[in-house]
Amino acid sequence: MPDAPYLLAAVVTSAAVAWGLRALPFAVLDRLRASPTVTYLAAAMPAGIMITLAAYCLRDVPHQRPDRLIVTLLAVGITVGLHLWRRSALLSILVGTATYVTLVSTLLAN
Amino acid sequence: MKAPSSLLAALKDSLPVGLGLAPLGVALGVLVVQAGLHWWWATVFTTVIYAGSFEFLLIGLISAFAPLATIAATALLVNVRHLFYGLSFPLHRVHSRRGKLYSTFALTDEAYALTANRQAQAWPGRRIVALQMFLHLYWVGGATLGGTLGALIPERVAGLDFALTALFVVLAIEAIRARRHDLPTPLLALLAALATYLSLPNQFLPVALTLFTTALLVRRFLTTRRPTRA
Repeated sequence: MPDAPYLLAAVVTSAAVAWGLRALPFAVLDRLRASPTVTYLAAAMPAGIMITLAAYCLRDVPHQRPDRLIVTLLAVGITVGLHLWRRSALLSILVGTATYVTLVSTLLAN
Repeated sequence: MKAPSSLLAALKDSLPVGLGLAPLGVALGVLVVQAGLHWWWATVFTTVIYAGSFEFLLIGLISAFAPLATIAATALLVNVRHLFYGLSFPLHRVHSRRGKLYSTFALTDEAYALTANRQAQAWPGRRIVALQMFLHLYWVGGATLGGTLGALIPERVAGLDFALTALFVVLAIEAIRARRHDLPTPLLALLAALATYLSLPNQFLPVALTLFTTALLVRRFLTTRRPTRA
């Protein structure tokens, strides 16, 4: 288990970076707003970032055992399908996660 | 708008998002305990860092004893999107210094999503700050609950971290849908992810996000240099 000084340093580092990134634009807002490149990135980046983060979460999938692989793909499929159908983020996340947790904790328990 | 009505309006705005935030917080708290940390680290993480998705990643980084530089680099790349939130967040409505400090600190995806509309630009500052405090409260409350109850959850309940995967999948669908005309962007992100997976899978996030950003900049450079068509 990681020790407290390491954990504290990790927390402080993370908080400083997160806060810095959120506060910085307000310090240089006018110049940022004037840059078409920044405006372009601001509009284009969110979709790509979310895809990258989703891919990161699923990066181990190709190495999974076939039964686990099927469960993962099924849960992702249900999340996507439900979201395209109902457009309720909460519903999609809850049902997708419940499916995954139930199958992993029962069928794949051993 | 008077103080109580601002508070009430903020509560009403925040509740639907809170329904999603609190369960995710519970999942985070459970994972903190399952990683072998004391439950109150869940409270510390969510209170002090308050960067939802990054906190999930942080548990993995900490469990692997990642160097602080790696943690800082990951925090930077995962949260760099927040740099762009300042472009439309109505901070000018928040007047007190303390309010401004907290408001920038608590400028999460959810806070941004709820204020990135025309009406919010006219909200009183205290309604904006109250909204952010409610969201923060759901997150910390959920994580603390998950951390304390996490010890009671049997070991064999596994896979709660899928909540994060599902969150990103849902946010990706929403983001793509918001820019239907711009399908090359998600495609570039997928290619960057694939290239990273094949080359440097152990540095996935920093490498994939840098590749993606570079690709966007190159694409912009190429499209703006090209003479405009009539």
